[in-house]
Amino acid sequence: MEKINSQEHLVIIGNGIAGVTLAQRVRQGSDCRITMVSAESRLHFSRTALMYVYMGHMRLQDIVPYADWYWQEQKIELVHDFVERVDISQKKLMLRQGDPLHYDKLVLATGSSATYYNWPGQTLQGVQGLVSLQDLELMETNTAGIAQAVIVGGGLIGVEMAEMLRSRGIAVTMLIRDKLYWHNVLPQQEAQLVTDHIQHHGIELLLQEELQEILGDTSGKVRAIRTRNGKELPCQFVGITTGVKPTVEFLKDAGIDIDRGILVNEFFETSQPEVYALSDCAQFRNPAPGQPTMEQLWYTGRLHAEALAFTLLGDRKPYQRGPWFNSAKFFDIEYQTYGTVPAHFTEQHESLYWQNEEATKAIRLLYEKVTARLLGINLLGIRYRHDLCHHWLGQGYTLHEVMQELPAVNFDPEFFQRYEEALLRQYYTRFPDQQPPVKHTNWWELRKRFGLFSDSASC
Amino acid sequence: MIGLILISIGLLGILVAAVGADYISPVLTGLGGTAVFTAGALLYIWQSRRQKSPAEQNHGLWQKEATSRGASAWVIGFVLTGFYVLLYWFPNTLQGLIQAMEPLSQWLRNRPSDQWFLYGTFYTLAVLIMGVFALLKYRSSRYHIIRTISVMFFQLGFAFLLPGLLLMLNKPEYYFSYFWPLKYDYLFPGTVDYLVRDGAALGVFMVFWGAVFSFLATPVLTYFYGKRWYCSWVCGCGGLAETAGDPYRHLSDKSRKAWRWEVAIIYPILGFVILTTLFLWINSWSEGRLLGDLSGGFASTYGFFIGAMFSGVVGVGFYPLMGNRVWCRFGCPMAAYLGLLQKHFSRFRISTNGGQCISCGNCSTYCEMGIDVRWYAQQGEPIIRASCVGCGICAHVCPRGVLKLENGPREDRYAGSPLIKRDELRILS
Repeated sequence: MEKINSQEHLVIIGNGIAGVTLAQRVRQGSDCRITMVSAESRLHFSRTALMYVYMGHMRLQDIVPYADWYWQEQKIELVHDFVERVDISQKKLMLRQGDPLHYDKLVLATGSSATYYNWPGQTLQGVQGLVSLQDLELMETNTAGIAQAVIVGGGLIGVEMAEMLRSRGIAVTMLIRDKLYWHNVLPQQEAQLVTDHIQHHGIELLLQEELQEILGDTSGKVRAIRTRNGKELPCQFVGITTGVKPTVEFLKDAGIDIDRGILVNEFFETSQPEVYALSDCAQFRNPAPGQPTMEQLWYTGRLHAEALAFTLLGDRKPYQRGPWFNSAKFFDIEYQTYGTVPAHFTEQHESLYWQNEEATKAIRLLYEKVTARLLGINLLGIRYRHDLCHHWLGQGYTLHEVMQELPAVNFDPEFFQRYEEALLRQYYTRFPDQQPPVKHTNWWELRKRFGLFSDSASC
Repeated sequence: MIGLILISIGLLGILVAAVGADYISPVLTGLGGTAVFTAGALLYIWQSRRQKSPAEQNHGLWQKEATSRGASAWVIGFVLTGFYVLLYWFPNTLQGLIQAMEPLSQWLRNRPSDQWFLYGTFYTLAVLIMGVFALLKYRSSRYHIIRTISVMFFQLGFAFLLPGLLLMLNKPEYYFSYFWPLKYDYLFPGTVDYLVRDGAALGVFMVFWGAVFSFLATPVLTYFYGKRWYCSWVCGCGGLAETAGDPYRHLSDKSRKAWRWEVAIIYPILGFVILTTLFLWINSWSEGRLLGDLSGGFASTYGFFIGAMFSGVVGVGFYPLMGNRVWCRFGCPMAAYLGLLQKHFSRFRISTNGGQCISCGNCSTYCEMGIDVRWYAQQGEPIIRASCVGCGICAHVCPRGVLKLENGPREDRYAGSPLIKRDELRILS
């Protein structure tokens, strides 16, 4: 693969975290012309922060990470327009308002939108998802002056929406298919802790319950929903948070292979030359064993873009994600996860699990029973150092090796109570043969010893 | 509701003391009103903060007009600004309120009340009452609880009770928590001379204390802990900003232009105060032969424009409009001095946790010093900025726990996380 040359025009559709990261990384290595097209907003904004605008913590301009001067100085052109269709043979984008845009290389980073499952009444006014800026504006209108809301789906967007609605004093009921909140991802104990916490914040959870239909009034607005079990709940707003689907409709006739998402290989190459797709809208043809076909997170969007930038800059590298990580916040409780902690354990799994008496903090270290190799970490209300957890997982640490370095991993603020003692006690009870560490490990020593920092620094 | 009624009665009492001293004892209405106001404010704060969980504390800040430069914010801004103008240049207009504090002044200092005692009393009360607000708002964090208690303690003990006690004992009034170049005249020859002459052994100790803190303790403490040991743990200006000013912290300007103004103003002010001090000493040693009236002119110019106009009128008066650290960010020479030490000779930094930043912007929004924290965090870099006062609110409002204030080795202090690729771009070139 040739490096993109300075005469070529790279056009990116979408200015979310994936599109923006790609533009930035390519710009670092090339003088080529770069244009980002977005119908959603002229400037890139942080999608994950939409909730804070609704709750009044920030204004819209506060969730814009890069001001105008940045794009001008970086010579990254911004086009605020809707791409009607892509003409692959002519290498042209047909825009709704502007003139057609010619490209030499095209990157599709169009993201996704809420998935609907053909529920009766799903087009009534007051039914919506929360993905885009326009969704936020719609939510402002749809929730003005209302008293009751129902959220369908027990995932991360669902709890964000619940928190948003609660901030305006709106009564919220969540329909959750599983026995506990987010139990398709969180193991029993963590899911129970988070479920209790959400309920404690005044959210009503209808567990093992699904949406049957949405009922409207004569003016076409939502007035209630009916559940699978026949329960009718009056409400003036229905939040749909049952996952997202790739935004690919405008590519129907473009001649690009599409399944649910735009099909790509491990270089993010689509079925058409010079056309790439990544992040929410992309679907891997052949994911590595055990890896998902679609990765639709903020973090993976950024990682995809970093990998594709290498390819566009002539250093053709397959995408290798490395150890998984993610984070979220459920009202007052922060969540971090490193590596792989499945919702349901098999007999090969064993874990150290600790939680405090108030059930606001928890730590789980999951390991392979036979080899004691660390598989993953779940944290609730406690922060660990990403760099060190990544190192442990990447280097295949055993639980015993992890325990030697455990005191160095905590990232909680100064003066906070430390909980590693409790975990260590559990560990030594389970493994009485293991010796306590000879000396207290310190993060700065480990950072230096393992080289857990980059040598480049821009500030 | 009872809290609001008490606040209203208290304010009315203070108003009557200010304007109606001829008809009714200002002590009764003024001091009584202040006490009722305090009780009402504490009650109201307790009730309104307790019912919000830690993550709910910033709900609606940009939607309520009082905290988003709405009409009431302008009114509070004008009233505060006007109060400072009266205090500095027309203190006689505050006679009623000054008289109201008479018993308190006699009890604490054994001498009549004056406008500075009135100011000190109100200032300390503001720090204490709103200190309770900050304690409740940040109750989930031990860092903030300890830090808030620290600023309340230093304001009450070191900046109010102790100077009063010194006066009672007929010693020079001295604030052990303020140092040159913030309290610029503490190292002016006139003050040194007066302290040594008037305070005898204690005066010598005061001069020694001030000099040691300015030139020895400040660099040493800043080396180990960064600027925060002073700006957000000890300093009275910082104390007011972290308590009474906390509801306004998001109003600071984060733009690149604001940073350019900051650099263009604060370092010249530091230069100004250093020059003034040097001139005064040269003048003093040469007994006026070398510089004539020049140094005196420098000192009074500095006192008027920086000491009164900037730190008082603009610094606090503009809280509801420009945020709570206008003085600390644009004007304070001590902050400039500490900032240079923090940037170049310190172990302090705010670490970013790997690649966890989601660029939401809470950190930048709630940075009272107007630092674009997110700029660094989203690139996995540590935040090392001269202006950072180490209040720790960025780390507190981060919904992903990405930031941590810490002191570590200076080696590789600027190095970022290996888990994220970054721009080689600086905001200020």
